Amino acid sequence: MRTVLLVGTRKGCFVMESDGDRRDWSMRGPYCDGWPIYHAVHDAESGSIYAAAASEWHGSGVWRSSDLGESWKLSSEGLSYDDTGQKLSKISGLTAAHGRVLAGAENAGVFESRDGAATWSLLSTLEGQPGRPDWNDPANQPPGHLGLPAMLPHPDDPARLWAVVQGVGIFETTDDGASWTPRNRGLRADWPRPHDEIGFCVHKLVMSPVDHDRLYQQNHCGMHRSDDGGRSWTEITEGLPTDFGFAAAAHPHDRDTFYVIPLDPGHGRCMPDGHASVWRTRDAGSSWQRLDEGLPQQNAHLGVLREGMAIDSLDTPGLYFGTSTGQVFASADEGDSWSEIASYLPAISSVEVAVLDG
Amino acid sequence: MAELHLPITLPTLFEDLPRQLDIEAATVNEAFDRLEERWPGIRDRLVVPGPALRPHINVFVDREQAGLETALADGSRVDVIAAISGG
Repeated sequence: MRTVLLVGTRKGCFVMESDGDRRDWSMRGPYCDGWPIYHAVHDAESGSIYAAAASEWHGSGVWRSSDLGESWKLSSEGLSYDDTGQKLSKISGLTAAHGRVLAGAENAGVFESRDGAATWSLLSTLEGQPGRPDWNDPANQPPGHLGLPAMLPHPDDPARLWAVVQGVGIFETTDDGASWTPRNRGLRADWPRPHDEIGFCVHKLVMSPVDHDRLYQQNHCGMHRSDDGGRSWTEITEGLPTDFGFAAAAHPHDRDTFYVIPLDPGHGRCMPDGHASVWRTRDAGSSWQRLDEGLPQQNAHLGVLREGMAIDSLDTPGLYFGTSTGQVFASADEGDSWSEIASYLPAISSVEVAVLDG
Repeated sequence: MAELHLPITLPTLFEDLPRQLDIEAATVNEAFDRLEERWPGIRDRLVVPGPALRPHINVFVDREQAGLETALADGSRVDVIAAISGG
């Protein structure tokens, strides 16, 4: 058994490997010619790796590797808003499911590839949604802009997926992008919103693999849980040190267990008090437990971004997170204890994990 | 025939692409089209829809800053420069 970590950084993609014990790790890389990588993912169906990248010089594209990172190709064919006049400045998030790869873009849009990320076509820009004409207005855009950084495919229904638009909210489609419905009811926003159904800052959306109606999200304003596929949300922040953070992970075997990394909400956006911690709930957010054994507990001002935490699918799941200062921490016991498995990488944007046979 | 010089960041992306090559083209834009014929995808790395040069890509023809429509003469030297940026 091989456990493979894909680590996307500001200076390329790295691949770390271990066995099922997940104690000793090797590292390869940097790959992707050192391009800034926003999100690297593994496609369980094809075995390929895809990495969303954006070079300041040469633009955005998606790197692909069919041999676990030994060789790579880059393509941006079709990743363009040519017909609409919109600018595509970044490919932010990727997901692979149901025989295709989806890419989320800034300005907000979803692209799909059905040939393993060699060529792309525009699936949707969510036209017709509340306030949509204003999404691309620079005057309305906060630092970081309003892109579409994440898509969550339904595991059983290829036509159903959720898309996250920064500063706007979650939208669900059940007809493969032909129409969308806002799914933000019950969320909190600490600012005025011109439209009732949107204006929420969703940082990370995850689904329980054992209950597809159970969604969790780390929002700019609190942690939230849905028991009905996103139709309504309940805040579950109480018990956490802050209501802000980016990364989140759902337990692969228990619908009520979920992990977050709370951060200070100000400019620092680091773990509070220099005390590195992951927080876990085992009761769907009614209570939270600090997990810090083996993590640095003083002077550790670590940040973890949206795609910076991952959980594997083994019987006793392993948890992994990468920091904005280039460390990777791993736990082989569901977060109870941790070790630092990489110390000197470039700033980390994403961590994903795959468990492979052989 | 113009003499084209490319930044170090490009040959690693395209098989057998040299840093320097001779190319038959009447304009910078046409030179990039010739490159695209031989190395598909390279035009996207230099040009955005419009078309226009990417913001951090500069082109000099015979040491003068140039654009996509700048004419090339026989023997022109074309330098494609990635902006000095990053860290």
